[in-house]
Amino acid sequence: MDEIQKNLLEQVAGLHEMPEGAYNIRADGQSVERSTTAHIDIVTKSDRQGIDIVIKPGTKNESVHIPVVLSQSGLTEMVYNDFHVGDDCDVTIIAGCGIHNSGDADSRHDGIHSFYIGKNSHVKYVEKHYGSGDGKGERIMNPGTVIELGENSFMELETVQIKGVDSTKRSTSAKLADGARLIVTEKLMTHGSQTAETSFQVDLDGEGSSANIISRSVARDNSTQLFLSKINGNNRCAGHSECDGIIMDNARISAIPEITANDLDAELIHEAAIGKIAGEQITKLMTLGLTEEEAEAQIVNGFLK
Amino acid sequence: MLELQNLSFQVSDDSKGQKEIIRDLNLTFEDHTFIAITGPNGGGKSTLAKLIMGIEQPSSGRILFNGTDITDKNITQRAKLGISFAFQQPVRFKGIKVKDLITLAAGSQVKLPNVCDCLSKVGLCARDYINRDVDASLSGGELKRIEIASIIARNTPLSVFDEPEAGIDLWSFNNLIKVFEEMHASSENSLIIISHQERILNIADEIVVLAGGTVQARGRKEEILPELLKGTEGCRFYQQN
Repeated sequence: MDEIQKNLLEQVAGLHEMPEGAYNIRADGQSVERSTTAHIDIVTKSDRQGIDIVIKPGTKNESVHIPVVLSQSGLTEMVYNDFHVGDDCDVTIIAGCGIHNSGDADSRHDGIHSFYIGKNSHVKYVEKHYGSGDGKGERIMNPGTVIELGENSFMELETVQIKGVDSTKRSTSAKLADGARLIVTEKLMTHGSQTAETSFQVDLDGEGSSANIISRSVARDNSTQLFLSKINGNNRCAGHSECDGIIMDNARISAIPEITANDLDAELIHEAAIGKIAGEQITKLMTLGLTEEEAEAQIVNGFLK
Repeated sequence: MLELQNLSFQVSDDSKGQKEIIRDLNLTFEDHTFIAITGPNGGGKSTLAKLIMGIEQPSSGRILFNGTDITDKNITQRAKLGISFAFQQPVRFKGIKVKDLITLAAGSQVKLPNVCDCLSKVGLCARDYINRDVDASLSGGELKRIEIASIIARNTPLSVFDEPEAGIDLWSFNNLIKVFEEMHASSENSLIIISHQERILNIADEIVVLAGGTVQARGRKEEILPELLKGTEGCRFYQQN
């Protein structure tokens, strides 16, 4: 890997060197580094681009890193990564995509991550997106996440996209079995003329299942964002979605939450709030000696932290 | 320390045109002073506090701080010169922790034990609070105490408190009195406290009664307090309004 790719890797996965545990690093459409462990296997798909990550039942306190970096301008790829997580596991999966585009052609990474999670497992999934480069070509990422959460399993999904991605369409769908829990935390910032669309569809099929979707976003300059979330309560269950957006300059954010109760014992809540930074917040920080610009930066950084 | 010269503040009122909140007000505060400003609701107390901090700009008049004319200086500049302001209704932030707020107030070089000291002084167990967000999860009373802790952390030559007792329970209020007494005794800094509470008026060096946007009376507590405690019916300061 060259220096640009190494920098992207650090931005999306916090990696300075090869990580411990299982990993697969994909650079410019090729798998360049891979490591497996006694409990975690990574296999290249034979029918299409992508890998199968197979985590044996009972695997505890292990991690999988699968970052993707693109530095070749004009490269477009579609990748399918499937995670098969056995029963009684406790694992952390770190994905992420970094695109450096200094050319005039668009670079684009579309990835579908599917999770098949067994019973009584805990999966923490972290995904960071980052773009750099000053070419006219756009940096485009369209991640899809499909989740099937088994009985009494718990998944935490954290996604972060703070800088440099020109266009993104993110879709996440999840089906939850009895007693399963899902927590999604999304942090998003757009600037320039970027566009971002994020949609969630959660089916709370199992008795006692629950989902909490928390999205915090900041839109600056002329960027636009669309937040869609659908939660279907199909059993005795609890669902909550929350979209908190800050708009600055000429930016626009739309939030369209939808909740449907198909069972008398489904308890569903949605909250959405969009607005500029409250003037009194800036005033308060100015009384502590910050300038207006410093106060604004402090509020935005805290909000997306 | 602080001089307010011919200060006026007007707002536009749909029915009456211009409404005068502060009228040609003159006040001088000496160094190391503890002044309580009291008076009826709508008398201009909070507006006066905001004019001192620069949150509102006067329609006319000058404000001098340690001999420097600060009338045209903004909030940040006044904060850097050494003025602090505790809000009557503290502001909430999503994503800013109590520790962050106190650190911003004290300056980046402050050490964690000092942050904790500031919280302990207002009766909060630092361990339970430093990592909490300054957001809706805190009660009004907790927020108020954190607000006061941020002023203690700043430790500036002048601190202005806008009704610090509002929203604070009785037990905490006793501690609050001690906090103000200690702030006054342990440094050369000055305090201006807007308050309706007899016990705060009682520990101040001087009391200023503000009604109808002007100073109705100013003096030592022995002169002012007995008159105020007659109640608004018999109080000659209030009747002048």
